[in-house]
Amino acid sequence: MNKTINNAAWIFVIPVVALVAFNAIIPLMTVVNYSVQETFGDNVFFWHGVGWFQDVLESRRFHDSLLRQLGFTFTILFIEVPLGVAIALAMPRKGPWVSVCLVLMALPLLIPWNVVGAMWNIFALPDIGLLGRGLNALGFDYNFTRQPGDAWFTLIAMDVWHWTSLVVLLAYAGLVSIPDAYYQAAKIDGAKPLAIFRFIQLPKLKRVLTIAVLLRFMDSFMIYTEPFVLTGGGPGNSTTLLSIDLVKIALGQFDLGPAAAMSLIYFLIILLLSWIFYTLMMRNEAQ
Amino acid sequence: MAKITLENLGHSYMPNPQAPSDWALKQLNLDWDDGGAYALLGPSGCGKTTLLSIISGLLTPSAGRVLFDGQDVTHLPPDQRHIAQVFQFPVVYDTMTVYDNLAFPLRNRHVPEADVDRRVREIAEMIDLTHMLKKRAAGLTADGKQKISLGRGLVRSDVNVIMFDEPLTVIDPHLKWLLRSKLKELHQRLKITMIYVTHDQTEALTFADRVVVMNLGEVVQVGTPVELFERPQHTFVGHFIGSPGMNVLPCTIREGKAFFDGTAVPTATESSLDAVSGRTEIGVRPEFVNFADKGVPVRVTKVSDAGRFRIVETRAGEAVIKLLVNEGEGIPADDAHLAFAQSHTQVYRDGWIVA
Repeated sequence: MNKTINNAAWIFVIPVVALVAFNAIIPLMTVVNYSVQETFGDNVFFWHGVGWFQDVLESRRFHDSLLRQLGFTFTILFIEVPLGVAIALAMPRKGPWVSVCLVLMALPLLIPWNVVGAMWNIFALPDIGLLGRGLNALGFDYNFTRQPGDAWFTLIAMDVWHWTSLVVLLAYAGLVSIPDAYYQAAKIDGAKPLAIFRFIQLPKLKRVLTIAVLLRFMDSFMIYTEPFVLTGGGPGNSTTLLSIDLVKIALGQFDLGPAAAMSLIYFLIILLLSWIFYTLMMRNEAQ
Repeated sequence: MAKITLENLGHSYMPNPQAPSDWALKQLNLDWDDGGAYALLGPSGCGKTTLLSIISGLLTPSAGRVLFDGQDVTHLPPDQRHIAQVFQFPVVYDTMTVYDNLAFPLRNRHVPEADVDRRVREIAEMIDLTHMLKKRAAGLTADGKQKISLGRGLVRSDVNVIMFDEPLTVIDPHLKWLLRSKLKELHQRLKITMIYVTHDQTEALTFADRVVVMNLGEVVQVGTPVELFERPQHTFVGHFIGSPGMNVLPCTIREGKAFFDGTAVPTATESSLDAVSGRTEIGVRPEFVNFADKGVPVRVTKVSDAGRFRIVETRAGEAVIKLLVNEGEGIPADDAHLAFAQSHTQVYRDGWIVA
């Protein structure tokens, strides 16, 4: 087939190019611009090279928040993905309960981030919150505003509550799309439920689970509002994740250079890890 | 290996079936002999897949019993009935190799690994998969996947019956023929009962020794391909099988003779026609209709060339009569008359043959 050469087509592409330029490329370029300059105020900038990048990469503070971020992300992935699949497996496939379950599952996803943060903050308060007061009444010494361990526990519980539903819905969609013939064939072949899960359901869920892991990875790596409202990064710096730290540097201290350098490093880490996830999970597809 | 008996079997997908139309499968009694090659033929929605699922145990019938060698298995799950089934769309375990796919039913039954290996290689040889044993099953083409499905049935040495639910639907036309002859060959070699569900008469007639024709949840005829062709028990069988199908013409009975359009038509059933009442029809296949000097007056409306013969469409009043004319034979332009071969002209009352 021969392609028709028609330069008029470029005209139709211009609106999209302009849109992408305004909402993505130009803002990103201003960040790149800040990341290589130093300023002493009055809108006067000096060339600083890769200095800020070196500073950020060598800073103890950045290492700590990156570690906390990785810890948080991998913990919630390890909880939410298996839990989501388990709930999806337990959900009914037919009948009136399907819609009830789906609505219940979708509810947490409809609540705005800052509301979730505020809800859990109040819910977990040791003196008046149901969770906080309940745990203390049961004899646990629980106070998420003072003890780092408790703060982490609350943070992870909140994220699991908010986002497991996403994995459930994706996994459920994957499960209902498996044709009945597979289950019937497995029955005839004498497969036990565990074998059915391992050889039919899991392989068929692979694509949706890849999407689920990627979405949850990216979202949790960029999470800001919920922990900010819940703990504000404290007690101390114990729940200061990357985004919270970034906002402190950029807006709290107004260090534009280091903040810009950190933003770019942050962005590249997400890009790199997403690529690794995707490549690992899809490496058998080509065969 | 077992003889399968269906006793007063019936099935409805409704909790409280009342009218006959509520039954997906109307009451039937049927025997499947051990080692037979059967086809279950009928249009979509006639209940053939329902019947198949009841035999395999994927569905429990609303009424009646399923017996394997006289033993009631109506409530046994599929894995305890020793049956195998090949589905319309190929079912393979994507993440496993071809070898592991074939070994799967045996490993689930805790067969020693040495026996598994011997059996898998033997079956792979039979269905020409030996050179792909190490490949991942997901990478095979549709016909390869159907062979795996079949192989998973064959590896078990205790299989009573292998059922095929329209297995060639997704196969390329030029491979259909190959797979079908493979099946036939395997049947002759292994003597396992095979039940082949299809809505394609060519598939059914070439595969099976006996064909079970179904319509609207009912078995209309069980017979060899020749019987279905020469003596259809129901007008449905007549026009469903054959290409083109049987001519079914309204007739009246007077003085023990059948009259079509005012012309007496000699039929194979003349002796007992006196008592026949109700809606009567005569049925004659296009193969047994000829142009003649006298007989039923018709006018030729259409001639289509089918290679070795021509299909001629004629009209007698409202009725359309088709006949086959060999290449080289003439077709009268006007004043045409048709004669029906007497031994192949049957009388039907309310759809069913008058014996």
